[in-house]
Amino acid sequence: MATASATVERQVPELSEPASTRILRILGKTPVYLFLVFIGLLWLVPTIGLLFTSLLEPAEIGRTGWWHVITQPSLATLDNYNAILHNHAITSAIWTTVWISLGATILPIVLASLAAYAFAWLEFPGRDWLFLVVVALLVVPIQMALIPIFSLYNDLGLFDTIPGLILFHTAFGLPFAIFLLRNFFIGIPRDLLEAARIDGASEFRIFVRLILPLGLPAIASLAIFQFLWVWNDLIVALTFARDTQPITVAIFSQMRQFSANIELIAPAAFISLVIPLAVFFAFQRYFVQGLLAGSVK
Amino acid sequence: MTDTSTTVEAPAAGLPPKRGAELWSRYGVAAVFLAPALVLLSVWVVYPTLSTIRRSFYDKSGNSFIGLDNYRTLFSDETLRKAIENNLLWLLVVPAFVTAIGLVFAVLLERIRFSVAFKVAVFMPMAISLFAAGVIWRLMYDQDPQQGTINAALAVVKDAVSPTGALPSATPSTDALTGGPDNGMVLNTPLRPGSVAQLGLTGIREEDMPSDATQAVVPEALSGGITGVVWRDFKPGGGTPGKIEQGELGIPNVTVELRDDSGRALERATTEPDGTFSFEDVSQGTYRAAIASKTFVQPYAGVAWLGESLITPAIMMAYIWVWAGFAMVVIAAGLAAIPRDLLEAARTDGASEWAVFRRVTIPLLAPVLSVVFITMLIYVLKVFDIVISIAPGSSQDDANVIALAMWRTSFGGANDLGLGAAIAVFLFLLVIPILALNIRRFRREA
Repeated sequence: MATASATVERQVPELSEPASTRILRILGKTPVYLFLVFIGLLWLVPTIGLLFTSLLEPAEIGRTGWWHVITQPSLATLDNYNAILHNHAITSAIWTTVWISLGATILPIVLASLAAYAFAWLEFPGRDWLFLVVVALLVVPIQMALIPIFSLYNDLGLFDTIPGLILFHTAFGLPFAIFLLRNFFIGIPRDLLEAARIDGASEFRIFVRLILPLGLPAIASLAIFQFLWVWNDLIVALTFARDTQPITVAIFSQMRQFSANIELIAPAAFISLVIPLAVFFAFQRYFVQGLLAGSVK
Repeated sequence: MTDTSTTVEAPAAGLPPKRGAELWSRYGVAAVFLAPALVLLSVWVVYPTLSTIRRSFYDKSGNSFIGLDNYRTLFSDETLRKAIENNLLWLLVVPAFVTAIGLVFAVLLERIRFSVAFKVAVFMPMAISLFAAGVIWRLMYDQDPQQGTINAALAVVKDAVSPTGALPSATPSTDALTGGPDNGMVLNTPLRPGSVAQLGLTGIREEDMPSDATQAVVPEALSGGITGVVWRDFKPGGGTPGKIEQGELGIPNVTVELRDDSGRALERATTEPDGTFSFEDVSQGTYRAAIASKTFVQPYAGVAWLGESLITPAIMMAYIWVWAGFAMVVIAAGLAAIPRDLLEAARTDGASEWAVFRRVTIPLLAPVLSVVFITMLIYVLKVFDIVISIAPGSSQDDANVIALAMWRTSFGGANDLGLGAAIAVFLFLLVIPILALNIRRFRREA
């Protein structure tokens, strides 16, 4: 009996050691979990605050904190959204943003793909030198172009136009796009291209049939970056748009009387961030890939 | 970088004899592929850069050459100097913070499962525009604790430590009573056992008056004790200060302190609905009656985050909120790439977790950390959207940064394009060395 219990006692600690360390480990991780849950919530609060503020009825919005919506859901209404969707200035600003963002995403990708293909697979003198110059243009901050382009746009009639904004964003998107795509295209197996060339395919055909499909992953992450970049732009539109303004500028023009206009600012700001958020969630994988590829503008 | 050079021979070998025409057509193709991008880059990037540099040596009108005068103004003008100082502060604080926070998050995430939700929460602000982030934080920083989230949270803490008084706005109705929120309000007349104290207050808001208050009365004197009344020395139409009149209410639930000559509180009493209080069995001597200071504690006024002194740190916090996710994701990818066996080997050798982290993980992560840090340096140098959207007009001089100063000087009213160009060139010169570093890294990786 005594010996039996002794063996049991000896065995139990041996057997339960993994279990107890597991419990200890889980207990040891509890603070980490709690901390991360806390931080995660903390990180969400500001955005939720904007959403709930935008839902407060106009009479409450300047007086009541957004958190009262949690305890009194009756305070929430879609009235503010209804109002701004019937506000012509805001709806046309949203459409302007859509056109600018689509144009300034598609155009630089087309132009950069063409150029990147030339830099990766066509032979011409000074190729590497020219590529270096293009990449070096990454250093030019947007601020360097604002003043001359402002005068140029006034002369050319591009001021306050959607094409004017698209061309500006396209040009400043090109160095990074060319850099990224050239580095991707150069990784395409040489044999594929040689085979196509020997079969007599033109360079343009090779580009459309071979390079573009194979380059799709890089093009996708580039497209997401460029779209978000342009959609979220403030400084370019603030400088070159007056009446044809995207949503950021439309909201910005209301910010002088921030508290007086909050019933317009809050829902408009929320709408302006819903679309990039949707793009981000839909294409998260490409976004992170692009980020890791080195996202410097 | 150019291992393609060998291809020249391969296709050339299989070409028909018309070499010159073939070469021309090949360069022609390259030219066609490159032309659109190069034209755009020339007109929208290269030409403006040169033009801005030239413009920076001209005056506001653009007609007369003034040499380096704009650059002198850049360093002597007070607003612009403030912008440069602020930007320097941004460079010193923000990249380090973002990298450190990203590292902490990435390391903690490695240790747990179900980390996706956390990643999404922290990374989400990256998709939002810095302008929208500015709007969001402008709301967070509202000074009114009823409105601003941060001040509301601080108000909860403050109310737990020192609750808002019952009569925060009350003031003495006559000179007989002196003091305020710091030390309570003291009746100047010394009291002895048998005295009756009358403590009149005014300036009390209607909504602060307790609903159970009744007509104030002067209590009877108490032998061997001190009695008194705290009342609202005000009635519609005015009334006589210092005198209890019909229609003036007693103030219930006020703490009255009996203090000795040195001001120490000996006893406390609470007033009745008619405002009366009493201290029984008071020994001989002189005393003072005082309304406790906690009665007058002001409600929390909120921190002026958007005021001149806190505006820059406030905007920095918002900016860190946006970028921490970027740092976390990049560093987490770096962590995942560290060979497990290296860490295991260190652990088998008996190194503590902290030692493994410091001696193995950090050195292996150094390239990734520097990528995050350098990227942040570049973005922080050009910070603009979030500053212009969080800082109200009145604080923009205090929140100023180089990019904002450039825009405000050129387009925001002053319209001094010469000085604006000089600020842009200054920004350009600051960005070059940092980006040169980054391009070297790009080329190594390419």
